[in-house]
Amino acid sequence: MIAPLMIGLTVFYFYPFFQSIYMSFTETGAFNRSVWNGIDNYIRLLSDKTFFQSLGNTFFYVVITVPVGILLSMILAVLLNSKIKATSFYRTIYFLPSVTMAAAISLVWKWIYNGDYGLLNVMLEAIGISGKSWLTNPKTVMISIGIVGIWCSCGYNTIILLAGLQGVSRSYYEAAAIDGAGAFYQFRKITFPLLSPTIFFVMVTSLINGLKTFDMVYMMVPTTNPAYKQAQTVVMYFYRNAFDYSDKGYASTIAVIIFLLIMLITIFQMKWQKHWVIYD
Amino acid sequence: MGTTNINTNTKLHETRFPWKKLLIHLVLIAGIGITILPFFWMITTAFKTQGESVQMPPIWFPSQWRLDSFFEIWGKPTFVQAYLNTIISTVVTVIGQVGICALAAYSFARIKFPGRDILFVTVLGVLMIPSQIFLMPQYLIIQKLGLLNSIPALFLPNLFSAFGTFLLRQAFLTLPSELEEAAMLDGCNRFQTFYKIMLPLTKSSLVALSIMVMKFAWNDLMWPLIVNTSAKKMTLAPTLSSMISEYGSNYPVQMAGAVLSILPLVILFVIFQKQFIEGVASTGVKG
Repeated sequence: MIAPLMIGLTVFYFYPFFQSIYMSFTETGAFNRSVWNGIDNYIRLLSDKTFFQSLGNTFFYVVITVPVGILLSMILAVLLNSKIKATSFYRTIYFLPSVTMAAAISLVWKWIYNGDYGLLNVMLEAIGISGKSWLTNPKTVMISIGIVGIWCSCGYNTIILLAGLQGVSRSYYEAAAIDGAGAFYQFRKITFPLLSPTIFFVMVTSLINGLKTFDMVYMMVPTTNPAYKQAQTVVMYFYRNAFDYSDKGYASTIAVIIFLLIMLITIFQMKWQKHWVIYD
Repeated sequence: MGTTNINTNTKLHETRFPWKKLLIHLVLIAGIGITILPFFWMITTAFKTQGESVQMPPIWFPSQWRLDSFFEIWGKPTFVQAYLNTIISTVVTVIGQVGICALAAYSFARIKFPGRDILFVTVLGVLMIPSQIFLMPQYLIIQKLGLLNSIPALFLPNLFSAFGTFLLRQAFLTLPSELEEAAMLDGCNRFQTFYKIMLPLTKSSLVALSIMVMKFAWNDLMWPLIVNTSAKKMTLAPTLSSMISEYGSNYPVQMAGAVLSILPLVILFVIFQKQFIEGVASTGVKG
């Protein structure tokens, strides 16, 4: 009963994992043959400006989307958890972006950001701000994509946080209210500690998803875009090397680095969580 | 006595005008506006003429609700083919992955065999690893199998999932083992016990996993882009990306394509929203 899974995982996951590591030490020569070249790829990577730029772009994306995204979903979740009507209606709508195809969503946003006919600039002009061509400007391209990223994942995270909030017993708040604790104090002393495992979970998944960003950037920023260099994420750079430039050895090196990076960040978060995450 | 006191207190509060609630609703409605606007723009544009779509200042609604753009995109054989391919690949991925994972998950949860725990830990190992590292060797394997540019290439690696196995194993673990023992005593063999007794009891987890897999398979962009280049074997997401160059500034046709691409999942979401939302909600609480 276990055989189908194990065979499939071996062929498509275990073996590829080790092959990728092996290939990261090889060079793709004539006729697509892999030739061992030691740590040459890693040395090349260290002096590859495009790689570091893509790494920087990815970090920038994560730094703008994760904190803002979590803060917004937190606010929405707390508001949805108050005793009001129509919460299931709000929940349904907020969840909608996360079931829709990123490629389709990117088409709309690309157009909303358009410098000439885009809806965003029209709305900005209505309040007296002259807009720009958001996705072709090196300064605004990543922030613009980040906003779409937050738009896509905010509702999803809200649902997870809301489920966490609903697990917090009302009696804590009633007790705190009797003792005269204000709303903000209640949030800091009751909500946040009791919700910290859920916040931690949302943080880790958002961070990892952020580091793996590909779809939206691929759709909204084609290689001909003048701001391409400022928008290329590390996974995109991997993709270009592997499948556009057919440089399989070097692409594997990038894949290994992505793997190590995510591992490192996960380990760091696991250690750091001990300082603020409270499990009961 | 204490609780009744608190209740009367809150009731007194509510007889005044509920400013606080109004404020909460206003913030939440603003959120709805931002969430809905891109969808609204996508839908109304799909019904406009090309001229109307770039009109300045823009118009919110088309002068007439035209279906021309939908007919145009639906008249493209590549788009229709991509639609079919996406449906096939999604259905096979969901049924295949859930089936294979359920079988393995049941074994990991309930059957004792030598090396089981070590094997399960290796399966969990896959869960920790970002998928990018598997991509290129997976592509080379598909190439070796002679399956580049084929429908099976779209779903083959996705039939096997460490995450799915983990999720369903948790579900099987919560079921009482007396149930199985009773079934076996009544003459069910292992497989019958699994199929007739245990599997139906994990329905909610099966549904949750199916929804997650379906969302992934329907929306995935990178893998189809890698293994298939022929337009005849493509799924929707890469087809949308090639539409950008094909319909450069014909926004109504682009938006019609986008609307049609998201429609099946949105309809399923509207029907099964409880299952969609609960599946996600439980991941955070358990995880």
